[in-house]
Amino acid sequence: MPVSQETLDEIALSAAEYGLIIDRLDREPNPVELGMFGALWSEHCGYKHSRPLLRLLPSRSSRVLSQSGAENAGAVDIGDGLAVVFKVESHNHPSAVEPLQGAATGVGGIVRDILAMGARPLALLNSLRFGPLDSAPGSDHNRHLFRGVVEGISWYGNCIGVPDVAGEIYFDESYSGNPLVNAMCVGLVSADKLASAAAGGVGSVLLLVGADTGRDGIHGASGLASRTFEEGQEQELRPTVQVGNPFLEKILIESCLEALDTGGVSGIQDLGAAGLTSAAIESAYRGGRGIILDLAQVHRREPGMTGYEVMLSESQERMLLVTPPEQVERVRQVFQKWDISCREIGQVIREPQAHILDGDQSLAQLPIKPLTEAPRYRLQGKPAPEQLARQRLSLAEVALPPAGPAAALLTLLAAPNIASKQSVYRRYDHQVQTNTVVGPGSDAAVLRIKGTGKAIALSIDGNGRYCYLDPYRGGQIAVAEVCRNLSCSGAEPLALTDCLNFGNPERPEIYYQLEWCVRGIARACRALGVPVVSGNVSLYNESQGQAILPTPILGGLGLLEDAARHTRAAWTEEGLAVFLLGQGDWRTRAADLAGSEYLQAVQGKVAGRPAIDLSLEGRVQELGRRAIREGIVASAHDCSDGGLAVALAESASAGDIGFQGGPALARLPRRWDAALFGERQSRIVVSLLPEQRPRLERLAADLEVPLLELGTTGGSRFRLGRYADLPLAEVADAWTESLARRLAG
Amino acid sequence: MRFGIVVFPGTWSDTDCYYQVKDILGQDADYVWHREESLAGYDCVILPGGFSYGDYLRAGAIARFSPVMAALNKFAGGGGLVIGICNGFQVLCEAGLLPGVLMRNQHLEYRCQWTNLRTERTDTPFSRRCPPERPLLVPVSHGEGNYYAAPDTLARLEGEGRVLFRYCEPDGTVTAAANPNGSSHNIAGIVNEAGNVLGMMPHPERSCEPLLGSADGNLIFESVIDAVAVGGRN
Repeated sequence: MPVSQETLDEIALSAAEYGLIIDRLDREPNPVELGMFGALWSEHCGYKHSRPLLRLLPSRSSRVLSQSGAENAGAVDIGDGLAVVFKVESHNHPSAVEPLQGAATGVGGIVRDILAMGARPLALLNSLRFGPLDSAPGSDHNRHLFRGVVEGISWYGNCIGVPDVAGEIYFDESYSGNPLVNAMCVGLVSADKLASAAAGGVGSVLLLVGADTGRDGIHGASGLASRTFEEGQEQELRPTVQVGNPFLEKILIESCLEALDTGGVSGIQDLGAAGLTSAAIESAYRGGRGIILDLAQVHRREPGMTGYEVMLSESQERMLLVTPPEQVERVRQVFQKWDISCREIGQVIREPQAHILDGDQSLAQLPIKPLTEAPRYRLQGKPAPEQLARQRLSLAEVALPPAGPAAALLTLLAAPNIASKQSVYRRYDHQVQTNTVVGPGSDAAVLRIKGTGKAIALSIDGNGRYCYLDPYRGGQIAVAEVCRNLSCSGAEPLALTDCLNFGNPERPEIYYQLEWCVRGIARACRALGVPVVSGNVSLYNESQGQAILPTPILGGLGLLEDAARHTRAAWTEEGLAVFLLGQGDWRTRAADLAGSEYLQAVQGKVAGRPAIDLSLEGRVQELGRRAIREGIVASAHDCSDGGLAVALAESASAGDIGFQGGPALARLPRRWDAALFGERQSRIVVSLLPEQRPRLERLAADLEVPLLELGTTGGSRFRLGRYADLPLAEVADAWTESLARRLAG
Repeated sequence: MRFGIVVFPGTWSDTDCYYQVKDILGQDADYVWHREESLAGYDCVILPGGFSYGDYLRAGAIARFSPVMAALNKFAGGGGLVIGICNGFQVLCEAGLLPGVLMRNQHLEYRCQWTNLRTERTDTPFSRRCPPERPLLVPVSHGEGNYYAAPDTLARLEGEGRVLFRYCEPDGTVTAAANPNGSSHNIAGIVNEAGNVLGMMPHPERSCEPLLGSADGNLIFESVIDAVAVGGRN
């Protein structure tokens, strides 16, 4: 074989895959062609290991307007002739190497995916994972990554005028050196104006608009996103990270939307991973056409760039437009107005071929099909013995904490995974565009849709610990939780987007996690009636041989027919009755504590086997939604991390209203820890005016959902029977200030 | 009456201001592209928030050289009403239409949060509808809103009653804790000597409906509409 292993390593192709390329072409590829294969056959673009599994996910419903994978993002009909477009995507590896730019360009990239659907970006969300901020080794580096990522999101998002409305952040040792940065963008478009990425008619012109093409980000898709990291490699990989220009992104959004409005654009595609190669080839493939590109026409940032570099550059803030020849002038004028480069770099041809020229020199000539058909690997997964061993948990092995429930509660509220993230999200503009009804900090964000009485709800969620202990059930719980968050705002869950963050799938225990998480997600989606309409896969999340916890992140879209009928987690007034939906007595099980934050933060244990009853889950959520819609309840909060006691403390702190536990909290079972801090699924804490009690009880009986009356809101203390009696100020301080204190310290 | 809303490349509160004055308050409004050379025909011109030209050099430093700024100078010189919000305030200071500068927030972080604003006088075209007895609930969203001016300038601003809005507690008391960015004297908004140019860091266009948490920002624009209707600046 004439090509060295070193060359193949650089583009993350195996020798066998190289052989496959020769088979498909019936010749050796030249270096430019090989680079194009490397990029398109990378895990990031080609989904080699994940595509067969992704097919298991339901992707259709009566509201879904797009097909998962067929366009840049999923589109969902919300009525009134409007579609909501949304997708989540990872930028983990770039953020590990250069956190500020990595996170910033992660935001920029997902915004352009939404723009490529013809939609105006309406909101951003993000899900972040880091190593612990205060354990001894590596802590400084984790802080550096944390600060950089938050700064990058704040800088880029604030500058482009898209509000950052919700998110979540968790810390675990497994993310040290391999942080996760998953960014989600949501856009709004008239359903009849949804744009397509497909290349249009033969003879259509390809226009490259936006930033000059530079040497940044070459091999981003293959080299960074599709490999694991060795020690010390971050320095060496820095040139593969792109650099963002949010100002250009902002005017690119405005100019592209204006260009689309002229009616002169038949296709639009963003340049993301694998740059021009991926944009042009995917556009041709989706349109069933071919393309000719002349790289001499590409505006470049620096002289001396090779064709190879131009094809694989991941310079940011670029879009590819397909325009009928007679419309080119009209479209060009829009970009002229905005002072944005707009160059004709090629055209659509009938034969499904890619001809890449540099002036009169031919650089590559490849059939489209093999480029887009990466090999698919269906591997045999096997659970790690350690994982199976951890599933065994008996309460007899867990001693009750001697310091008592109040101390455990304060420890949990201050734990970085539970403490309020206010010190982070107040740095993000969450109000621009004046649609934000409920911003960050509640279970779901609520954005009204101007011109209608409706609102959408948005949430993003995932729990790596559950998935680690039981990938199948963890996957189910991830779906249940994100839907429950939406339901807690009063919204009907409509559709999901997923970002699957895992380690190296070539290892059987990782493939097992991937496969069973996907199966779990699929099962819960069917049970709850929500499709997955878009997504992204990030594999090879390992650092120095250690894989991250399996972390599927689910982004959810919900709909409220009446924007005014929404609720938040925070209590709204004194004297409200507080109820727990989904639980009727205190019988506790070991599964209640499985994978709980309490077990880890207070007992130093990661163990157990989380459980969920999807039928109960569906009924609890329906009860929550109907109680909100019918005006029965005043607040609703998902009971999740930290369990019931934490959920109550959060609603109290956020509303600045105390709590007085009633008879139900006077006498808990001997395992008060499982009752107060267990993370049993399918539970929602609501508050209501006492006179609404009969209506709630009737509705719950109809839906066969158990209820438990917990107490009353009010006062300046937080009382859980004889188990805890704390000043509300102390509870609120532990929850709201701990993260900022930890970062300052 | 007719509002002109200036759009620089990188402006993002333009649509929010338009929505408020047009859809909420029912007034005529146009977007004014930064290359425009005349502002004739407008009763009030708004410089909205955003990151004009990316603000990579210094907030507002490039925008002040836009053709529309020469027109704005003329418009303001003729007594036209001007409101600069957030980045618009920064641009007005850079252009010398208002004194002082907006430095990086004291804590060096971007802040997006609700603030309470005490209205210092209600005898101006921007505040005649503001209730003197309670503060306005209006959010801020900026990284460079820390108002600073030399001591003699500050003394003059105070002496001439040109501080229009001050960050305060919900009960109206002015405290350091209520100051989101470290501004001198808790200054949130000031007017020029002639009283027809207002610069403020908080975003009144974001508090335009109770559903969003507050409609207090409408009071500022309703004041302007009132002032124009009675034909005077007061």
